[in-house]
Amino acid sequence: MIKNYLKLQFYALPRNQAFARDAVAAFCLELNPSLSALSDVKTAVSEAVTNCTVHAYGGGEGLVTVECEIEESVLHIKISDEGKGIADLNQAVQPFYTSAPSDERSGMGFTIMQTFMDEFKVDSKRGEGTVVYMSKSFNSEVENA
Amino acid sequence: MTVNGYVKNRILYITLSGEMDECSSQTARTQCDKLIEENINCSRIVINLSEVAFMDSTGIGFLIGRYKKAAKLSTPLCITKPNFAADKILNLSGIYSIIPKAE
Repeated sequence: MIKNYLKLQFYALPRNQAFARDAVAAFCLELNPSLSALSDVKTAVSEAVTNCTVHAYGGGEGLVTVECEIEESVLHIKISDEGKGIADLNQAVQPFYTSAPSDERSGMGFTIMQTFMDEFKVDSKRGEGTVVYMSKSFNSEVENA
Repeated sequence: MTVNGYVKNRILYITLSGEMDECSSQTARTQCDKLIEENINCSRIVINLSEVAFMDSTGIGFLIGRYKKAAKLSTPLCITKPNFAADKILNLSGIYSIIPKAE
């Protein structure tokens, strides 16, 4: 049984978006993911981390924490911030809903996380922050068959 | 992310290369709009995504923004050659119903 754990903590700077998704992708390489599954994970992480920089901290200072755990052939990801929180979670996860339409935002971030990962959950408290949980299973025999 | 453009037979071809995310999209947006403004007499704009190695939902907002800009000039815009990952996001967003994918 493989068990592995990674914790990253970094400033909510836009240039860390690429760093975070690449680090998570590198971490899950031991699961022998297909290119398509790896791309799904990178995209979902990019969406969650971008939400922290753009929405949670509104471009201001703050810390983003990314934790990953590999359990058997499953990758669990937890991405948290201590930002402003989401006022209306039901509304936020609706496809095409964006709180910042003037900035050319698509409102598809949560939809992509939900679609690209096997499990998805988001908890948020106003004034305290947001936590996104996502999991994806990799079947190593099928992945690179 | 780098943006390159050239005009051939009154068609403006824009090639995006690299990773498209919230961070990289900002300069790409300025460069792309500059190309569109400098070539307002074009009959058509083609955005080539073949060299985009990564794209998240920022790409959807980016493409819709350029579509709106082109629409103001009454210039048709299309997308060409997204890789499988970009194509998955673009399909999910339904963007192809307003910005066609050209071969």
